[in-house]
Amino acid sequence: MERNLTCILCPRGCTLNVTVDGDNVFVTGNSCPRGRYYGEEEVVAPKRTVTSIVRVSNRDDVMVSVKTETPVAKADIFTVMEEIRKASVTAPVRVGDVILTDVCGSNIIATKNID
Amino acid sequence: MAAAVAAFDSGITDVVIIDREKEVGGILRQCIHNGFGLHKLGRELTGPEYANHYKLEVEKRGITVYADTTVLSVTPDKVVTATNTSGILKLQAKAVILAMGCRERSRGALNIPGTRPSGVFSAGCAQKLINCEGYSVGKRVVILGSGDIGLIMARRMSLEGAKVEAVCEIMPYSGGLTRNIVQCLEDYGIPLYLSTTVAEIHGNERLTGVTIAEVDDRRQVKPETKRYIPCDTLLLSVGLIPENELTRGAGIGMDPITGGAVVDENRMTDVSGIFACGNVLQVHDLVDYVSDEAEIAGKGAASYVKGLDKAENRVKAVAGNGVRYVLPQRVNTRGGDTDIFLRVTAPFGKVKFTVKSGDNVIATAIKLRATPGEMEKITLKADKLRTANGDIRVDLEEM
Amino acid sequence: MSNVKYTVAVIGGGVIGGMISRELTRYGVKIVILEKGNDVALGASKANSGIVHGGYDPEPNTLKAKLNTLGVEKLFKAASELNVPIKRNGSLVCAFSEEEKAHLDLLYKRGFENGITALEIIDGDKARELEENLSESVVAALWVKNAGIVCPYELTVASIGNAMDNGAELITDFEVVGINKDGVFEIVSADGRKVFADYVVNCAGAYSGKIASLVGDDSIEIIPRAGEYLLLDKAEGGRVKHTIFQVPTKDGKGILVSPTVDGNLLTGPTASVVASPDNKETTADGMNKVNTLALKSVPTVNFRNVITSFTGVRASNKGGDFVIGESAACKNFINVAAIDSPGLTCCVSIAEYVMDVLKGVGLKLELSADFNGTRNDPHFFRKMNDDEKNDFIKSNPTYGRIVCRCEGISEGEMRYAVKTNPPASDLDGVKRRTRAGMGRCQGGFCSPTVMKLIAEERGIGKEQVTKNGGGSYIVTEKL
Repeated sequence: MERNLTCILCPRGCTLNVTVDGDNVFVTGNSCPRGRYYGEEEVVAPKRTVTSIVRVSNRDDVMVSVKTETPVAKADIFTVMEEIRKASVTAPVRVGDVILTDVCGSNIIATKNID
Repeated sequence: MAAAVAAFDSGITDVVIIDREKEVGGILRQCIHNGFGLHKLGRELTGPEYANHYKLEVEKRGITVYADTTVLSVTPDKVVTATNTSGILKLQAKAVILAMGCRERSRGALNIPGTRPSGVFSAGCAQKLINCEGYSVGKRVVILGSGDIGLIMARRMSLEGAKVEAVCEIMPYSGGLTRNIVQCLEDYGIPLYLSTTVAEIHGNERLTGVTIAEVDDRRQVKPETKRYIPCDTLLLSVGLIPENELTRGAGIGMDPITGGAVVDENRMTDVSGIFACGNVLQVHDLVDYVSDEAEIAGKGAASYVKGLDKAENRVKAVAGNGVRYVLPQRVNTRGGDTDIFLRVTAPFGKVKFTVKSGDNVIATAIKLRATPGEMEKITLKADKLRTANGDIRVDLEEM
Repeated sequence: MSNVKYTVAVIGGGVIGGMISRELTRYGVKIVILEKGNDVALGASKANSGIVHGGYDPEPNTLKAKLNTLGVEKLFKAASELNVPIKRNGSLVCAFSEEEKAHLDLLYKRGFENGITALEIIDGDKARELEENLSESVVAALWVKNAGIVCPYELTVASIGNAMDNGAELITDFEVVGINKDGVFEIVSADGRKVFADYVVNCAGAYSGKIASLVGDDSIEIIPRAGEYLLLDKAEGGRVKHTIFQVPTKDGKGILVSPTVDGNLLTGPTASVVASPDNKETTADGMNKVNTLALKSVPTVNFRNVITSFTGVRASNKGGDFVIGESAACKNFINVAAIDSPGLTCCVSIAEYVMDVLKGVGLKLELSADFNGTRNDPHFFRKMNDDEKNDFIKSNPTYGRIVCRCEGISEGEMRYAVKTNPPASDLDGVKRRTRAGMGRCQGGFCSPTVMKLIAEERGIGKEQVTKNGGGSYIVTEKL
């Protein structure tokens, strides 16, 4: 199997050619080692970082932005969103605070300070 | 903030930042997606995290921040008048760095025919309502413009449960980064229609639908391709305009192509001691480059205050074949290595850039591809730059 | 409300209804203004050219001619009492051929007959001396020295606000669907509310025919004519000083190019008969036409600086003259209908004329000692110098916080608009009163904050805040 992908790890957006031959995956077109990992992962088990918001219950109309601490399986994106949507936090919140633990294999952490 | 930090670190510690928002960080605070900081900070951050990085740097240095304060005017002799809930503030500065960013083009500027219902948002306005205030803006969405904000919002709306019916782009190519087309549209099965625009807006109260249509190579609607799409929300991501009202008010010379000031390699405008950087100077695609530019301006302002910059030996830098603009527009031939930033006029495959002064080649650069959506950078080496004997010009050649 | 009986019910919260209401409160009459929309100035009063016409255009001996001649100075006086910006910038009616030049003579003569003396026919070079950006192909122009510009919706808001300050009541979202008369009028709204009054003044603009028919008067046939406009950024505002008209041709009345009192440049209108006054769409053809014809007068207008386009619907009729007087079909029911151009110019003279009509049908009018015709200047803040602003902010901190960056409008000014008669209830209402969102970004930056202020002042959720009433919600729900 052979696929052409655009690497999404950085804005450069390298065009990758990924060939899968049994258990072996070959990536060309990458400009950095991260691109190779991305190419390998994207054809075997694609992952994404999910970013969203969580309501701050003790502040009027204030949301804290959050992200998955590590990328999650692409297939799990909407499951992650559902969990995030149910969550709420109380201020103060600091960047890096864990809002939810182990959602589809990743913690959900705050990306904004709310005083 | 990056400019203030750079000025501070260059030995000018009497620096103040004035910002109209209650929290510093500008538009980054609503850009909750990731992808910021890989070049500059070596890690992948979300917008708020990237802003927070600089906020911490500002705090570390004890730089004064006037938040919730709007600058009303800047004069050529560098008197800054601002207002906040305590009153009117007047500051006399030795140098001023303009970093007001940009704004989105509105529906009016596009002249889309039809009615004027609610539900037509600039993408950034919808982004603020959703990401900062936590409100849904609609359920069925059409997006006009495939710039990065449009693409990011297509994904964001999908994640929040809305159905994004289409992203329409009037040009035959997307203005956004390829990675965003992959991870924002393809991941969510959202169609991107190129050479297509919104021809009419329908609905008397809330938006009820739009008519989309293909355009010919003169960007005129082809009537036979008109197609109605029911929707309650239209997001416009149709270009960014540097917000230069204060710049014009100070009588600073502007570049009609960038929409920003004409600057030298230190990002000083033609009004001595007033600098500009970031999206107010030229609309960037990467915040990392905004920070780089801010550092150049911060250092430049510090040199100016110290009296080190005599503004001598400047030549003009101009855009040649295939190049839409170059920045800075004036370059010191006796300075250090100098980066020239530029955008090309159309998408190209492999290209060679040649920087010349007369017939004297100062630099060349080869790129595998070049698109108007991605800013290019060419470094001019100090020793080569010294050989310039007049204005320098950048040309593109297809390979 | 249902138990209150008013002396006069004014149907329609446009500039005509506003000025009539203001006149009625001058005599201390107990009145109610019934408005179909959720705010005033939503019809033709919102979207027209904003011109104070000199008076050369109406056919002599018509009501239009008489009221225009009387109206110009009366409008200048009222606008100054109401603190509404008005400017006598003069206008130039441009001729592009000898044939058109002959038409200028006709207009001049007509103006003379109407009693207008501030007219002069000048040649192309003189016209270009007055207006350096005028086209080389202008061969002559009629210089109308008494003409001016005014902001039509601001005038409406101010007149109704002033009437309310003097005791008038405004009921919005009151779409009149039935009028019964049993001694007094019983006026019924679409949602079943009732208002009682001795007299009814029908100034429902494009709907005035429909309202008249509710009392069995089918004599008024309104022909709604849509006009499309393009409004340009303040960067273009200095392109002309005078209002530039074109000599009417067989293809229409021509396109004007005019500065506005706020410093923008206005171009338009087209003129096309539409099926319904609700047809407020802009069209690609219409916008092209405005663009092309405006350039004929002023070739240097940069249409890349358009900030918005809009359509206004004028309430014209076949006869071509205003219809003002007691309905032949219903006593004490006064029609003020078919008020198209120069209706804005005539709004005060029409209001005074209507007072005579009401007197004629038996309404007793005696000047009220309590009437105060002066309205506080809602734009007092922006007129202050920095020292005065600084002092004012010390005791009114919200005036120091700029919300609309393009127009420089503070939170305090916006809150004032939501609290002052007639109170703004939605984004467009705040926009018309303060200009917030009317600038280059068209509300892209400030609308979330304006929504928040409206929600706070009115004690409602952001989901209830609309763009312009009805179903024009902005956000749907909390995430």
